[in-house]
Amino acid sequence: MGDRLFAHLLAAMAGGVLVITAAMLAALTVGAWPAIRKFGPAFFASSAWDPVAGDFGALPFIYGTLVSSAVALGLAVPLGLGVAIFLSELAPGWLRRPVGFLVELLAAIPSVVYGLWGIFVLVPWVRATLSPPLKATLGFLPLFEGPPLGIGMLTAGLILAIMVVPFIIAVSTEVMRAVPTSQREAALSLGATVWETTRAAVIPYARSGIVGAIFLALARALGETMAVTMVVGNVPQIRASLFAPAYTISAVIANEFAEATDVHLAALIYAGLVLFLVTLTVNILARLLVARAGRGPGLIRE
Amino acid sequence: MSRSYLRRRWTDRLVAGVTFLCAVAVLTPLFLILFFLARTGVGALNLDFFTHLPGAAGEPGGGMANAIAGTLLLVGLAALLGVPVGVLGGTFLAEYPTSRLAGVVRLLADVMNGVPSIVMGLFAYTILVLPLRHFSAAAGGLALGIMLIPTVMRTTEEIVRLVPQSVREASLALGIPQWRTLLRVVLPTAAGGIVAGIMVGLARIAGETAPLLFTALGNRFWNWDPLQPIAALPLQIFAYAVSPFEDWHRQAWAGALVLVSLVLGINIATRAAAARQVKLR
Amino acid sequence: MPDTTQAGVAVTADAAVLIDHAAGIEAQDVHAWFDRLHVLRGVFMTIAPRRVTAIIGPSGCGKSTFLRCLNRMHELVPGARSSGRVLMDGDDIYAPGVDPVQVRRRVGMVFQKPNPFPTMSIYDNAAAGLRLAGERDRRVLDETVERSLRAAALWDEVKDRLGRPGTSLSGGQQQRLCIARALAVSPEVLLMDEPASALDPAATLRIEELARELARQLTIVIVTHNMQQAARVSDVTGFILDGELVEVGTTDQIFTRPRDRRTEDYITGRFG
Repeated sequence: MGDRLFAHLLAAMAGGVLVITAAMLAALTVGAWPAIRKFGPAFFASSAWDPVAGDFGALPFIYGTLVSSAVALGLAVPLGLGVAIFLSELAPGWLRRPVGFLVELLAAIPSVVYGLWGIFVLVPWVRATLSPPLKATLGFLPLFEGPPLGIGMLTAGLILAIMVVPFIIAVSTEVMRAVPTSQREAALSLGATVWETTRAAVIPYARSGIVGAIFLALARALGETMAVTMVVGNVPQIRASLFAPAYTISAVIANEFAEATDVHLAALIYAGLVLFLVTLTVNILARLLVARAGRGPGLIRE
Repeated sequence: MSRSYLRRRWTDRLVAGVTFLCAVAVLTPLFLILFFLARTGVGALNLDFFTHLPGAAGEPGGGMANAIAGTLLLVGLAALLGVPVGVLGGTFLAEYPTSRLAGVVRLLADVMNGVPSIVMGLFAYTILVLPLRHFSAAAGGLALGIMLIPTVMRTTEEIVRLVPQSVREASLALGIPQWRTLLRVVLPTAAGGIVAGIMVGLARIAGETAPLLFTALGNRFWNWDPLQPIAALPLQIFAYAVSPFEDWHRQAWAGALVLVSLVLGINIATRAAAARQVKLR
Repeated sequence: MPDTTQAGVAVTADAAVLIDHAAGIEAQDVHAWFDRLHVLRGVFMTIAPRRVTAIIGPSGCGKSTFLRCLNRMHELVPGARSSGRVLMDGDDIYAPGVDPVQVRRRVGMVFQKPNPFPTMSIYDNAAAGLRLAGERDRRVLDETVERSLRAAALWDEVKDRLGRPGTSLSGGQQQRLCIARALAVSPEVLLMDEPASALDPAATLRIEELARELARQLTIVIVTHNMQQAARVSDVTGFILDGELVEVGTTDQIFTRPRDRRTEDYITGRFG
């Protein structure tokens, strides 16, 4: 009797996660409803952002979110995979734990601290040290046009890269370590070097998990708020140049929400709902990919 | 053969070198951040910082005493929600691992872990701030508490699974019913690990800013009423960092130093305690 | 089975093209440890070229460790160490300056459980070793893949589906694919670590026949805890107990007139 009751209590608590997810969807949809009704899908195609006239479109914010995340992943994916290969295959045993631990600390630093460091250290560095040579060598590209202000898309991408790289490292190291020893031994016994073993036996086996890790990092980058808000410049515009200031979905919510009313408020919740749905989808995909990696690729076929 | 072999061996070394440099590159920001925190933060720290309220805009002096207290209160409120749901839900996942509910909850918990924290703030705003018509510590605690649940749930699951079957059987063989076995034998056995998981979760939410922006809102004065706006250390750091005042920038660094010491300190202590437990076994 | 001899001739012919040299091995005072656990205590053993040498002994006696010392795979396990000399055609594979990667190209290995690369096709599995060595010439690859698959008595079963994943094969076929993968790099010795323990009796028999066939060209060392298998397949048998080589002799002698009491106890089933 007590057993049944207790089991139900435990199940109810676990089910709380389901209830919360559903409640979040419902509450955000209700909150966003005035804006959904007024703007519909045109919300994603319009660049208007006029609280006085009550006309809102999220295009510059969506653009800023996507581009800053793309810059971040462009930097974080190669670096993160390099570190994961190092930690799982190449590093001497005594080095693995400390490096792994430091990577964890990198993930533990609060976003606002990254932002603070970004404003006072990274922004001046990007302006004075990183941008001039970029401009001198690649200035003919539209990507590096205009005056380097320090604040802007490039800095936002850099800081996002630092913030999401621990997730790529942690998850890819884990899936690569989970590759069965028999796979490594098969390659080693053929006379493969450690790197050849990694390339031929480990990475293909762990591939779906590595893609999952990248998706996980993507979801983080899309939704990261504070650090980006503090360095991205907060100007709702669409510019090809990475030197130009931009704006992201999460940053506009962070900056305007507390003072918004009526349709403005609903439009911000609408943007938040979109962010929620996108990150939810990317995360689900990521988790399914990582779970699939645990079973190995061989069993998927046939 | 021999030349291609030499090339292969050099490739192997080159890759080892390149991946090592990747590790150096990734960890450099960590050291830089800690360096700047130490350099700028330590100088700005003084007793006033821990005992005084914030000064008036633009005037030097003042502290973040109310923000430190506010963060502790917010974290406490979050624990009220996150710990029971997380621990009991995690126990469910460990005890009924193959049930369909467990499969869905496990996936959703992992997914929720990756949902942007600002979305948690939006949710708390729509269900607490809007109906009550004002910002409140409770709304901030709700947002942080929801964020705490997945971490605690998944750690609890992992640790409870480690409790050997023999421990359970010993208790069940004594005629103790399953639910009492769980509560009195299994969970206490797993307590060390669960507490460690809770601490790491609390450290993480203590540093969150985005979910508090339009729930707890921030406050320049003392507040102990959960239904009123309240200050929080991360909020104060943000406000000071983007302000135009030199002295506030200094205080933002000091606040960041305190916050990071707290967060990293808990992480390192938990890690050390876990390592010691492993050694004792 | 009437076609066995015919298949056998074909197998040997194809293996002959692949294998240009079979090495003899001389183990001298080989010790091995896992951390502080001393699992091999000074093994001396001569392994003749172009013979099947079986190593028998109860579980945990160190016979697999000994095998893994012969291609320097033992040292890959964290905390594992070894000492002593292993001479291949007179040269010590543990001499300073010898690269274990080079040793493993000369000494192939087949593992207890079939472990084809799951992301690779049958063709790619068989070609894996050559590709790693930098071979890009499609004609050479095609030829070697066919030869090694023929030498592993698998060609006829897979020639129409070389592009299918290696994991789509049955267990026995997967193991023969792993043998083909090892043969493709022209090893001088093939180590087989209980290669049939995960297979059904029919597949086991095929692996055993294959080992006998390949021994016409190649030195084969097979570890097994199945004494019937050792008796069926090997020319020479060594018996390892508690990390020591108790006795080594022709298979016939070991199974009919063992000199050591412990060998007799083991083969008559008194322990292990």
